[in-house]
Amino acid sequence: MRKILLPTIIIAAAILITARLFYLQILDDTYIKKSENNAIKIKYEYPERGYIYDRNGKLMVANQPSYDIMVTPNDMPREGVDTLEICRLLNIDKEYFKERIAKAKVYSPLLPSVFLPQLNKKEFAAFQEKIRRYKGFDIVKRSLRDYQTNVGANIFGYIAQVNDNIIKKNPYYKSGDLIGRQGVEEMYEEILRGVKGVKYVQRDRDNREIGSFKDGIYDTIAQQGQDITLTIDMELQKYGEALMFEKRGGIVAIEPSSGEILALVSAPTYDPAILVGRERSKNFTAMMRDTITMPLFDRPLLAEYPPGSPFKILTGLIGLQEEVIDEHSTFLCRHGFSYGRGAFMKCHCPGGAIQLHNGIYKSCNAYFGGTYKLIIDKYPNPSSGVNAWANHLKSFGLGQFMGYDLPQGRKGRIPDAKYYKFWYPNGGWRSSTIISNSIGQGEVSMTPIQLANMMATVANQGWYYTPHIIKKIEGRTIDKKFTTKHYTSIEKQYFKPVIDGLFDVYNLGTARGVRVEGIEICGKTGTAENFTKINGKKTQLDDHSIFVAFAPRENPKIAIAVFVENGYWGARWAGPIASLMIEKYLRGTITRTDLEKRMLENGLKATYEKYLSGEPFSINK
Amino acid sequence: MKNQSVSGNIDWISILLYAVLVIMGWMTIYSASLPETETSFFDMSQSYGKQIFFIMLSVILIFMVLAVDAKIYEKYALIFYGLSILLLVGLFAFGSVIKGQRNWYSFGGFGLQPSEFAKIAASLVLSKFLSDVQINLKNTNHQLIAFGIILLPVGLILMQPDAGSAMIFFSLVLVLHREGLPAWYLVTGVTAIVLFLLALFVKPVILIGLALIIIIAQYFVSRRAYRNPILSTMIFIAISGFVFSVDYVYENVLEGHQKDRINVLFDKNVNLKKEGYNLNQSLIAIGSGGWFGKGYLEGTQTKGGFVPEQHTDYIFTTVGEEWGFVGAVVVIAVFVTLLLRIVYMAERQKSKFSRTYGYCVASILFMHFFVNITMLIKLFPTIGVPLPFFSYGGSSLFAFTILLFIFIKMDANKVNEW
Repeated sequence: MRKILLPTIIIAAAILITARLFYLQILDDTYIKKSENNAIKIKYEYPERGYIYDRNGKLMVANQPSYDIMVTPNDMPREGVDTLEICRLLNIDKEYFKERIAKAKVYSPLLPSVFLPQLNKKEFAAFQEKIRRYKGFDIVKRSLRDYQTNVGANIFGYIAQVNDNIIKKNPYYKSGDLIGRQGVEEMYEEILRGVKGVKYVQRDRDNREIGSFKDGIYDTIAQQGQDITLTIDMELQKYGEALMFEKRGGIVAIEPSSGEILALVSAPTYDPAILVGRERSKNFTAMMRDTITMPLFDRPLLAEYPPGSPFKILTGLIGLQEEVIDEHSTFLCRHGFSYGRGAFMKCHCPGGAIQLHNGIYKSCNAYFGGTYKLIIDKYPNPSSGVNAWANHLKSFGLGQFMGYDLPQGRKGRIPDAKYYKFWYPNGGWRSSTIISNSIGQGEVSMTPIQLANMMATVANQGWYYTPHIIKKIEGRTIDKKFTTKHYTSIEKQYFKPVIDGLFDVYNLGTARGVRVEGIEICGKTGTAENFTKINGKKTQLDDHSIFVAFAPRENPKIAIAVFVENGYWGARWAGPIASLMIEKYLRGTITRTDLEKRMLENGLKATYEKYLSGEPFSINK
Repeated sequence: MKNQSVSGNIDWISILLYAVLVIMGWMTIYSASLPETETSFFDMSQSYGKQIFFIMLSVILIFMVLAVDAKIYEKYALIFYGLSILLLVGLFAFGSVIKGQRNWYSFGGFGLQPSEFAKIAASLVLSKFLSDVQINLKNTNHQLIAFGIILLPVGLILMQPDAGSAMIFFSLVLVLHREGLPAWYLVTGVTAIVLFLLALFVKPVILIGLALIIIIAQYFVSRRAYRNPILSTMIFIAISGFVFSVDYVYENVLEGHQKDRINVLFDKNVNLKKEGYNLNQSLIAIGSGGWFGKGYLEGTQTKGGFVPEQHTDYIFTTVGEEWGFVGAVVVIAVFVTLLLRIVYMAERQKSKFSRTYGYCVASILFMHFFVNITMLIKLFPTIGVPLPFFSYGGSSLFAFTILLFIFIKMDANKVNEW
């Protein structure tokens, strides 16, 4: 017994130690991670973001260097940090200092967090000499945007630091990294940003770097971001934004033959440069809070307006395709249209016998109301009628996301039988109930880009490419979906009479006043009633001024939709703006300088202010 | 004639195991203290350079130890003991202080730690005392003398203060047990340690209640003839008193760093940047080794110098990190083989003196091995003792070498003693 005690203890101890080692080294793998946190420092090298050019190769967005001061809480000495001196050097107060350190600890005590973002070269130079003295602080160079133009803010989007959500979702991003938000910066983030380089550095207990980890076999080199070329014409964009002086609304111009977006104007807008650097967050919040003019609201993509009279183009086309009318069908307009007992839709046209041609250029409500009724009533019941109608519209990309390459969008609304069943659960709705749809009021709504694409489709006589903003990515082809034709359910032959009518809008019709000598424009005015709630009461506001057009008539180069909120009738604001845009794009110079001046120097400030005055106001004056 | 028999009867297996440990130890020291610039192995400004020098001196010491007549060790044991006690006492006058411990004599660049050599002397005297046929460890007076031999250097070493080295001497209780010390000494000692640790994080009432239940159960389970109500009651009172005194001992007897080390072991309010740093870094280094380690000279923790004292008391962390589980088990296996070999050799001795001394060697080496490694893997409070043959340091290597080779010499001579 006494002989075997010591050997037993020795063997038992060996087994105990071996078991414990097995647990520590094999079963529990947390130590591997801890060891990496301990001894390996990951250093990122941020590539420069790709440049953005316009369709003519003009540089719109470049970069400027910026320096972030990073802090790694665990690397800071526990005591004796000269807080005061750091605050003085960086021109911050002590509260800020404490708050950032606390925040950084929450993110990770072991990884660097942004302490003070986006210093410019001068601010950074002062700190750079002394940074070695402050353990735990580090400088990271990143690139910020340097805008070569003050337009296109809604197209570009902006660059911001990643938030916690993104960090959680996408392991590529670390605290303090920058990411494109909204616009093409978001859409083409992965192309523009490139890939950051990673260096693994071995460090010792005093946080000194003692060479690369495993001679750098895990290191990667930063890959430069790629440049992109947009379909935007910077001059046209600039001109469009200028024309929207003190107006609210949107302009979308598309090249029909390619689906390329030439201009995407949102008004009011802002200078993209105000969302760069340390002022970004302050300026952004201010614009966020502006719920009246909503400068961050990208109207061409997000505003769902009643399309108004331009919608008559579609009613006409569907009528022809459904063969309920032909070019010669005639409706009698008695300054309106009686579509049911005691139900009358007013019309502003001169009246008389109206056919498709003058129905379009005079924008006769009676003609299209009648046509709409025939379309719906062709079918055994209103449900199948309205569905047939809605399907034609859907083939134009309406009532759905269009699939363009910008991150924001709205579907607009094309009501179908299901929609009406919801509102009229007991039935009882008929063509006459929903007659307002015929003239682009009622339940239909469209975004400006949908309206512009509709015009491009008419210009192409029955097909369109998905509108897109990307023209070229360095050494890559653009997405195939932008080079695939979409055909509508309307046959080509039916477009000709409609286009003839649109052509005479300028010669004989509602847009006579904004003709451009020598350019054959096909267009359509629109004046859309709209309502809002003021103090909880439904109140009608001034009509939206709408205009859609394409030009030239043969071989169209540009299709355009213009919305001016509360601009009253179509030819008042939207018509002139559209014609100026077309002239600018096709000719490069403007002949009608008086009209141009009127648009550039006058706005609707007074109109918008009267809604807010709190006093009763009259509209459409 | 004697020398001839020495080379013939020498135990080459234990010498081989010794050599393996020393060489692996040196390789690990080299890795743990690898400078940024390449220098010669013999660079005397580096610990691995010095260690080579120590190893060469050890080889000379081995020849000297083997050359001396084995009888000398028994004959002059008491003188060796007296000398080492003098050296320990002399420390208070002439010793150098390192990290608050006055436990070194320094000669130029080298130091000598007398407590390392006191282990040898105590082992020799204890063996000599126990080898006397008159001595019986059942006899209380003899027990007291035996304990006195052990406790005299322990007392002096505790005053330095060097709790780690002092603790090693308690391994000699295992030797006394082998030579006839009643078992209850060992049982009481182990029980006291377990109770002390339990009392630190279990409420005294619960612990005493448990003790009561066990004692009562034991009383009724045992045969009537063995029942002793007075003894049972006394054991219970002793346990109760002990448990209640733990708090007092913890608060008033233990020093700050000793409390810290116990707290660290049980994860009580540990600051990983202060008192918890060493153990945490040690666990990270070993734990990140995985199956096969990060490769020799590739340990990131070792290279970064995160583990303190890595070439001395924490040397095994480098083994764990760079050689992984497999390497660590190999090192443990070599140690265990050597220890079992020594025990085997002790049991085959003809003289009681040699046998007892062999046991002393095995017990001391085992205690070092056990305490050193278990403190690194959070099984035991941190106590600074070197890993025999492995850790950097002249005194410890010389002392362990002499300790072991005196026994190898005795073993080789056993035929002559017949």
